[in-house]
Amino acid sequence: MGDKKFMKGNNAIAEAAVRAGCRFFAGYPITPQNEIPEYLSWRLPEVGGAFVQGESEVASINMVYGAAAMGTRALTSSSGPGISLKAEGISYLAAAALPAVIVNISRGGPGLGSIQPAQSDYLQATKALGHGGFHAMVFAPNSAQEAVDLVYNAWDYAERDRNPVFILMDGCLGNIMEEVDLPPMKELNDEDIPGWALTRRNDPERDWQLSLTPIYTEEMLEGLNAMAGEMYKSWETEDVKYEEFMLDDAEYVVVAYGIASRVSKEAILKLREQGYKVGLIRPITLFPFPKKVIHDLDYSKVKGIIDVEMTLPAQMHDDIALQVLERCPIYEYGRSGGCLLDDDGVYEALLDIVSGGENNG
Amino acid sequence: MAEYKRSSLIASAPSGYCPGCLHSLATRLISDVLDELGQAQNSLNVISVGCSALNIKYWGGDFLSVAHGRAPAAATGIKRVNPERLVFAYQGDGDLAAIGLAEIMSAANRGENFTVIFANNQTYGMTGGQMAPTTLEGQVTTTTVNGRDPSTTGYPLKMCELISTLKAPAYVARFALNSPKGINQARAGIKKAFQLQMQGKGFTFVELLTNCPTNWHLSPLKTLEYMDTNTIPYFTPGIYKDCEVDAE
Ligand SMILES: Cc1ncc(C[n+]2csc(CCOP(=O)(O)OP(=O)(O)O)c2C)c(N)n1
Repeated sequence: MGDKKFMKGNNAIAEAAVRAGCRFFAGYPITPQNEIPEYLSWRLPEVGGAFVQGESEVASINMVYGAAAMGTRALTSSSGPGISLKAEGISYLAAAALPAVIVNISRGGPGLGSIQPAQSDYLQATKALGHGGFHAMVFAPNSAQEAVDLVYNAWDYAERDRNPVFILMDGCLGNIMEEVDLPPMKELNDEDIPGWALTRRNDPERDWQLSLTPIYTEEMLEGLNAMAGEMYKSWETEDVKYEEFMLDDAEYVVVAYGIASRVSKEAILKLREQGYKVGLIRPITLFPFPKKVIHDLDYSKVKGIIDVEMTLPAQMHDDIALQVLERCPIYEYGRSGGCLLDDDGVYEALLDIVSGGENNG
Repeated sequence: MAEYKRSSLIASAPSGYCPGCLHSLATRLISDVLDELGQAQNSLNVISVGCSALNIKYWGGDFLSVAHGRAPAAATGIKRVNPERLVFAYQGDGDLAAIGLAEIMSAANRGENFTVIFANNQTYGMTGGQMAPTTLEGQVTTTTVNGRDPSTTGYPLKMCELISTLKAPAYVARFALNSPKGINQARAGIKKAFQLQMQGKGFTFVELLTNCPTNWHLSPLKTLEYMDTNTIPYFTPGIYKDCEVDAE
């Protein structure tokens, strides 16, 4: 075992995708995710896969839709403005019950925003990746290694559920160089092609019809929506992932995901040295959101929740508040627009809150 | 030739098309050609949005139904991962020449090895007869109630002419479905396009001039005459590009 490499986050997830059996990528250039298409443009042909530089994000996600319909593990990646354009295709993937993986290496917004990192796409990712009221699982790694691991397993979830899977990272994580331990290549054969796929590779003589469509009668559509609702509920009991950090005795609990969780951990360690009992809950799945761990905190001990995000205003706030149920105050700290969270800024902000504003000096 | 039978790819469900609509004839031609080429089982129909989406009810072969205008993108994804299948997209003029203009031009320019059948009825049939990019000058639609005015809406887009300026496409042709002669030529053109695809020659494009009795507010028979006097003079039928002839 052990295929250790020093890689940029974006390259690491591209390689992880290949090893997960991804054999199709379509995408359109946008910073800060360009390393993903650049890497896959040469890497996919090496393993018999196909890479297409689409004419737009709209076209690219629809290419993914076509490839996914053939049972091929397909990927696209983009950032903010491009993800908005992919909304159409992501909704159609959910409608036609097609698995695919979409990566957002997010940047400052709204609009064109900035090319610098930001966590401004939480609400888009978790509430409405497109029209029509569907959801996708949303994974939010906080290191290159975790990104590799989550991407490596993403198609297993997507194929299990016949639903797209979304990976939400930000420009920091996409561009930091870290050591990663790469998993082995999954060798997928014809037998691994799902039965619903529109491929006749196995059986050219088959004479029944294969079809996939996002168009249904009203009654069928309602039935599918109801089934999807059940699936989202099952995610909450089966698939929630989060990390606890110094939580046991914590009087203040930081909730932060992705890059914000890493900066927060540094600040928490510093505050602990000074005797402040601060801990962290780090959602790894943003959808399903780790509701229970926040709901079940001992609010006779917890004096405050601190939502730290690299966006303004904080977007996770309402999801947290629905679990806290006014049992303690919820504070927010963030930076936005491509201005980065830094150790000192987060430390000062947390210190101010946990010291009850007494540490203004 | 004398035998008249149901094409193998037309399911025995009632057609959803309006009486006299040439979409159904176009579908039938495609199915016949696929039967003739022994490709019925190997074919995959990429069904677009528009009246052609009614095909999901009675296209008996394999199909993938896709978003409005995106059929060439979806077909790209399909064909790149499953090159052995015979893949074609069937698109209307709003679908292909308005919302999907980027997708059709880019797929054609990449020389993607699939076929696009383009049904040009000069209107948005499905949504109730609005102006399409192909609507003729002066033509009355629900969004050009005084007739299409080029000073604000431009001129009808000629897709064969546009696509044939590109180097990659292998075959680009336009046929009118309002006469037996045109129908026979269209059948031959569709066959040629599919054959070139099977030989891996690249992008093939067949435009079919069709009608819309409902939204043109004409009887089916009158639409055929209208096509002779209005449509065909503007959208000239013919073979715009043929890699076999061009290579000679
Ligand atoms: C994104 C999007 N915009 C608009 C529509 C509504 N719509 C459905 S069919 C159609 C027009 C189709 O016209 P055309 O392609 O000319 O085909 P026809 O119905 O005439 O055969 C439109 C605009 C849609 N389905 N999706």
